[in-house]
Amino acid sequence: MKLNRRHFIVSAGAGAFTLGWKLPHALAQGVAAQGVAAQGVAAQGVAVPAEIGIWAVVHPDDTVMVRIARSEMGQGTMTGLAQLVADEMDADWVHVRAEYVAPEVNLARKRAWGDMSTGGSRGIRASVEYVRQGGAAARAMLIQAAAAKWGVPASECTTAASVVTHTPSKRTLRYGELAEAASKLPVPSNVAVKNPADWKIIGKGVKRLDTVDKLNGRQIYAIDVQLPDMLNATIAQSPVFGGKLVSFDAKAIAAMPGVRHVLAVGDNAVAVVADKFYQAKTAMAKLPIVWDEAGNGEVTSAMIAKALAEGLDAKEAGVGLKQGDVAVAFAAAAKKIEAVYSAPFLNHATLEPMNCTAMVTVDPARGDRVEIWVPSQNGEASLAAAAEAGGVKLSDVKVNKLSLGGGFGRRGQQDYTRQAVLVAKQVPGRPIKLIWTREEDMQHGYYRPITQCKLTGSMDAAGNVTGIHMRISGQSILAYLNPAAIKDGIDPVQFQSMNPAEFGYMAVPNLLVDHAMRNTHVPVGFWRGVNTNQNTIYMECFIDEMAAAAGKDPLEFRRAMMGKNPKHLAILNAVAEKAGWDKPLAPGVYRGLCQNYGYGSYVAAVAEVTVSPKGELKILRIVAGTDPGYVVNPDQVDAQVDGSFAFGLGALLYSEITLDKGRVVEGNFDSYQVARMSDMPRVETIHRPSGGFWGGVGEPTIAVAAPAVLNAIFAATGKRIRSLPIKDQDLRKA
Amino acid sequence: MIALDINGHTHQVYADPETPLLWVIREWLGMTGTKFGCGIAQCGACSVHIDGQVMRSCSVQVGSLDKAKILTIEGLSPDGLSHPVQKAWLQHEVPQCGYCQSGQIMAAAALLAANPKPSDADIDEAMSNICRCGTYNRIRTAIHTVSSGAV
Repeated sequence: MKLNRRHFIVSAGAGAFTLGWKLPHALAQGVAAQGVAAQGVAAQGVAVPAEIGIWAVVHPDDTVMVRIARSEMGQGTMTGLAQLVADEMDADWVHVRAEYVAPEVNLARKRAWGDMSTGGSRGIRASVEYVRQGGAAARAMLIQAAAAKWGVPASECTTAASVVTHTPSKRTLRYGELAEAASKLPVPSNVAVKNPADWKIIGKGVKRLDTVDKLNGRQIYAIDVQLPDMLNATIAQSPVFGGKLVSFDAKAIAAMPGVRHVLAVGDNAVAVVADKFYQAKTAMAKLPIVWDEAGNGEVTSAMIAKALAEGLDAKEAGVGLKQGDVAVAFAAAAKKIEAVYSAPFLNHATLEPMNCTAMVTVDPARGDRVEIWVPSQNGEASLAAAAEAGGVKLSDVKVNKLSLGGGFGRRGQQDYTRQAVLVAKQVPGRPIKLIWTREEDMQHGYYRPITQCKLTGSMDAAGNVTGIHMRISGQSILAYLNPAAIKDGIDPVQFQSMNPAEFGYMAVPNLLVDHAMRNTHVPVGFWRGVNTNQNTIYMECFIDEMAAAAGKDPLEFRRAMMGKNPKHLAILNAVAEKAGWDKPLAPGVYRGLCQNYGYGSYVAAVAEVTVSPKGELKILRIVAGTDPGYVVNPDQVDAQVDGSFAFGLGALLYSEITLDKGRVVEGNFDSYQVARMSDMPRVETIHRPSGGFWGGVGEPTIAVAAPAVLNAIFAATGKRIRSLPIKDQDLRKA
Repeated sequence: MIALDINGHTHQVYADPETPLLWVIREWLGMTGTKFGCGIAQCGACSVHIDGQVMRSCSVQVGSLDKAKILTIEGLSPDGLSHPVQKAWLQHEVPQCGYCQSGQIMAAAALLAANPKPSDADIDEAMSNICRCGTYNRIRTAIHTVSSGAV
């Protein structure tokens, strides 16, 4: 497919769903949020928006439309990426908007916009170089166009707030006036980007571009899509993981209201298609289905726990960090301690359940086509999944990326996309919206893997740490999702935060972190923060145990181990200072602290808690520090850090996916509890960007939420909680 | 046929009286601002006002709403922005993904109508809606902003 750049953009202005460029609500609402009247392109008569390079389109009214390849799922990436481009362009932020790049357009243009996947807190940090380059290139083109118009050297021109000025003559031209001429110039490569000292928009807490429609119900999430002739579907997948569909009795529900079709979906699921989702859901509850449990129908959580426990002392394990010789350290130890921790499977439980709308158009002459409307963390993965399920070429798929009601890693997987296309293929010519019930969502996740961890630590007579052995036993994400990435039995993701490049206590002479891989039949995946979460709980609580065993202050004890990791230490010191670690607390209030490095950022936290005589925990205050290198939008970093504590503390307090008869026991938010308002402490955030690197902010602080609180609980009660969640455990004073 | 008074308009709906209000709003009437999260009144994404009380519409049957006045997020303010709760939400940039926010805003509007000066404990009790992004602290701040009249 060859696309004429100019024509393409012009056409896109006319129809949002026709050519790939969606003009999302961000356009209108961004304008409204800034209190500036929106001016439609059509109102400008002959003038048209012009593409200046690939990252920005400048409209005659000076609107700068920044293109976004990553997915916005609440984390603020859309606004942050627009800030990066706009700053390099010297655009007037008041007139900046954002629009998605359509995955099929990225594909057709040889992935000009790069990777579209949105996970691992990479939205900003992995795009930062090329989107800034794109903004700087656009600025150079606008200057070039102005210089040509005036017949002056480009070097005599400056830019600010979407205006080019010829300094000697003080003549000015607005970007909107220059856009068309600039768009015809070649795009320069390797344009220098600004020094951080010259940033005007990067680093500012500008308002998000996508807030207004979220206040009045106008934001369209994928689950809200309504199309002509659309039917609605729901699905039942084999309740036992790995099981297969044997048969179902469609006749039993054929006469129920609205029911149109009852269809097999692949070899492990069945869908009911009806006029309304509510009808499909009601009918599904009455559908007799026979499953083959594939030999997994007897698996229980207790069986899995037993298998993992065996791994704690197994001879064979993949090594992620080795320094010195822990066996020698342990043999010479004045004091040696040991503890076993565990963390359960967890579900993402995005509030918008999994869903996707698909339409398959049968066309024997030119080949079938597939169109999907999907909430996706990876538009290109959605495209590939739709092509595969539909049996069509990649170039015959059109992907409409809709807003996500939460992602947290779940929507990088495309099981629901494939299913929607498999259903739509059996009802060609009609859009089918497939919505999972909450129960289906809870019981068919890509769960945070279950692990146990045995830690052994040694100290000399002065209480200095001489060795730590961290043995993780549990399920590997890559073994499930991408076995080819397992090398020599090692899943590198398992050692997040616990590898030589990331671990904060490299001054400890003898270190060993290893993993006994113990896989189950349960699907696992990337859950916001991934393995940094459990790894940090295990390590940071154990270090607290060692500090207590040595009779030392937890902060001083850590400082002594951090001589080789000054950036880890700096953020730990920052939170300790802000929290007043050296000052007494109110009676009955206790605190704990911890630090970690993940996703390119250094983080630390202090928690203050009370535990009543009856064992009731109240988390009062969190001080959370982040050094992400640079901060693009401090207000949105605050929001991410604050929210990460809700995610991490909900998991600590309540959440747990358990197995019985090979299937998930929990079904809804009554049995799978998450954090609510009444659980939330005050969260005080501090940013200490030290420069020179770009770290993420969506995930890193989740890892420090639980250990800070667990260490505070110990301070309050003398009890170590080593098995999560806390839920019904007795917190009364030991 | 059931007549429903929603946002001041009467809608004639052909649906089984046992159908939950949520699905009538979303699927029969095509108003998608009210969200589906759990279906068992646990998460609050589907919160609407029924005769001024906040209710979880996934668990209210339409057959019981004969003379009721129903208010959804679409009807909270004429322009979708001018209700004090909406203004405070914008001021503090509460939403992240935004999916729960229709329900959060309807719950907060009902709380403030009944209790113009809620304490933190009142907010904890009334605002039991789930937000997976974790916007709780900004919700609390925004509610206090409304009650202080600073919007």
